[in-house]
Amino acid sequence: MGLYFKFFSMHLKSQMEYKTSFFFTIVGQFTVSFTSLLGVWFLFELFHEVEGFTFPQVLLCFATVLMSFSLAECFGRAFDQFPRMLANGEFDRVLVRPQGVIRQVLMAKIDFTRLGRLTQAVLVFGYALPRSGVLWTWDKVCTLVLMVVCGSLVFFCLFLIYAAISFFTLEGLEFMNILTDGGREFGRYPFSIYGEGILKFLTYVVPLALFQYYPLLYLVGREASLRYMLAPLGGLVFAVPAYALWRLGLRNYVSTGS
Amino acid sequence: MMKYLALFRIRFSNSLQYRAAAAAGMVTQFAWGFMEIFAFRAFYRANPSAFPMEFSQVASYIWIQQAFLAIFMVWFYENEIFEAISNGAIAYELVRPMDLYNRWFAQSVANRMARAILRSLPILLVACLVPPPLRISLPASGLQFALFSLSFFLSLGVVVAYTMIVYVITFFTLSPVGIRIIAAMLADFLAGAILPLPFFPDRARAVAELLPFAAMQNMPLRIYTGHISGVEALGGIGLQVFWFMVLLLLGRLMMKRALQKVVVQGG
Repeated sequence: MGLYFKFFSMHLKSQMEYKTSFFFTIVGQFTVSFTSLLGVWFLFELFHEVEGFTFPQVLLCFATVLMSFSLAECFGRAFDQFPRMLANGEFDRVLVRPQGVIRQVLMAKIDFTRLGRLTQAVLVFGYALPRSGVLWTWDKVCTLVLMVVCGSLVFFCLFLIYAAISFFTLEGLEFMNILTDGGREFGRYPFSIYGEGILKFLTYVVPLALFQYYPLLYLVGREASLRYMLAPLGGLVFAVPAYALWRLGLRNYVSTGS
Repeated sequence: MMKYLALFRIRFSNSLQYRAAAAAGMVTQFAWGFMEIFAFRAFYRANPSAFPMEFSQVASYIWIQQAFLAIFMVWFYENEIFEAISNGAIAYELVRPMDLYNRWFAQSVANRMARAILRSLPILLVACLVPPPLRISLPASGLQFALFSLSFFLSLGVVVAYTMIVYVITFFTLSPVGIRIIAAMLADFLAGAILPLPFFPDRARAVAELLPFAAMQNMPLRIYTGHISGVEALGGIGLQVFWFMVLLLLGRLMMKRALQKVVVQGG
């Protein structure tokens, strides 16, 4: 862990060297999600509510998903560039070092510019928390923390799967984007609005709804059962198939040579 | 002219090679299109009377948008151009007996069209086969379709002319990742990429309609769906011509100034 922190500060320092570029990239990241926030706002100016959720309640979803995603992306960014690491043989060097493989891959890149999105998520929480009509008792605060923490881990697993698949294909797969970027973009609304089928898929196959829609029902008081509060924990099960796929890929890995 | 056509052809057939990537992209865009339409359906159910377009119009809007994403979206930049400017390859470009602006313009148009042609047909086919509320509808008349086609190519021109300005700005800033993203995201939003302009609040919409971005995907998509028709469509096309000319001139002027004192990077 100490080693990871060393790399953490190293990446931070190196990215801080190019201050203007760093700043502009952060602002750029901020704009990207800002336009989707504007989109949500404009729609609610017209419709005021969707499926019984008010604007601040939907913003809770928006901010939860955005925060989870940006945390996962900040630390899991290396998975995104993993296909390149495989292609140029860099990965072979990882295999001969006496350290955990995943840990080394992660240390290759920590992208702090993703914090632009995180800032936005914090600001949106700041706006939505007092206006959502939720009484912030301890159990509700715990639920929200669970949502963000488990959400980050689910997104992190998706990035891991993306990297694992590239063991077999040697290149990134664009259709994974519908789960990662798509999960972020469409997660701005409670997943129930996309219909029964999609909600089932996002509950049992790719558990994005477990840290978003179900605990939100608990937050706004539509469901009082503890099951809804603890639903995000269910999402952690997703780590099992993700890790299994990674192991499978690793076992089948044949170097691309130099 | 011949040399630009040749360049166009080379670029075009080059892009056509990446069929696997196109297939993967298509799957993504299907899913994306469906999710967008489902989201609009939920808002439609919440309050049908507040819906500023007909639902079928929104479905068509999204399908055409997804099918021709590579034409309409500013963020499909040519990374090759950014790299040429920041790694010094620009020196080779400058010694060629071709106008740099025209060359990059032709290259951008060719790449965007090749990408769109590969992806659009299967997407449109599926969009015709899905059950009715989600299905794409045809334009009201042949005339409407002709207006759409005209507006379609103009929007491609406006988008490329706009990206040319972003490329030229790279000459001055060199490290433009952030600027690139901001320029693309603002333009795409104001062009109706996330939300069609009729869904904007009145004041925001009034401003957005006057900006050059309204001459991008907003115009052809709304003409296709029939939300804008007849004389209004002609006016819109006129506005597109105007913005196309302005952006073209501005880009050329900026490039001329940039090339007067170009510094070649690298060694």
